[in-house]
Amino acid sequence: MATYFVKVFITYRKGVLDPQGVAVEKAAHQLGFTKVKNVRVGKYITMEIEAETPDEVKREVEEMAKKFLVNPVIEEYTYEIKEVE
Amino acid sequence: MKFGIPVYPGSNCDRDVGWVVEKVLGHEAVYLWHSEKDLKGVDCVIVPGGFSYGDYLRAGAMAKISPVTEAICEFAEKGGLVMGICNGFQILLEAGLLPGAMLPNKTLSFICKFVHLRIENDQTPFTHLYRKGEVVKIPIAHAEGNYTCPPETLKEIEENGQVVVRYSSPEGKISEEFNPNGSLNNIAGICNKRGNVFGLMPHPERASEAILGSVDGLRMFQSIVESVVRA
Repeated sequence: MATYFVKVFITYRKGVLDPQGVAVEKAAHQLGFTKVKNVRVGKYITMEIEAETPDEVKREVEEMAKKFLVNPVIEEYTYEIKEVE
Repeated sequence: MKFGIPVYPGSNCDRDVGWVVEKVLGHEAVYLWHSEKDLKGVDCVIVPGGFSYGDYLRAGAMAKISPVTEAICEFAEKGGLVMGICNGFQILLEAGLLPGAMLPNKTLSFICKFVHLRIENDQTPFTHLYRKGEVVKIPIAHAEGNYTCPPETLKEIEENGQVVVRYSSPEGKISEEFNPNGSLNNIAGICNKRGNVFGLMPHPERASEAILGSVDGLRMFQSIVESVVRA
């Protein structure tokens, strides 16, 4: 059994208006960061999972995402897994 | 008749709904704690507003996996009447009893004010005491009421008459100007295809006594009573 450190990144799907992203982008422009575009504000969740293999961790994370972490109507997600030394 | 009102940690309109049921309508209100799986033989369920589980993760995301919500889903599958108000609507969306999802208001602010709504479907168990096209005044109070769904879902719910109420002008005009939160097609409330599950962002329980400034919400509760008694 090993411990894995997992990072989950959740953002609104492409095409879904992100009101917070729009506000942050406007503020960036106002401050002179005029080259900034397509700002999206999302969530970053970290966790540790005990498992035999990285594949087991993958299954666990994807199942969790499906069950409640992510709302597929409006959100999409990516994740990273790293074994804890 | 017996109204069931689930109470999640963070619900804050449960007693308001209970007040309307008991004091205004003279029926029985049964509070159902979130960890209960028994709906205690209620005739209909009203999922109240508030901030269930602090709206952690997403509004309604934690509440959808509560034991009481599972029981409500089973009740709805059997044809039981379920109405979700505000956070209750968000919970019904997250639980998959209604299609679509909520985004933060386009203004990014919490909006608490009276709005006008046009009744789009007067054939549901929740709205049959209204007239189609009638405009009612009911308050909203939310930060995430910006209704969205995929284009094919929008087409389907529009064609099926599942859009029950829309934000409008006092005269019933539908335009962006009278859309407080950015909802697609000014949608304020929808029902499922079968018509036994209804969710809306406005608070009819806050517009059920003259002292509150409007009684336009009361007929939603009366519609439910008549539907249940008739059945």
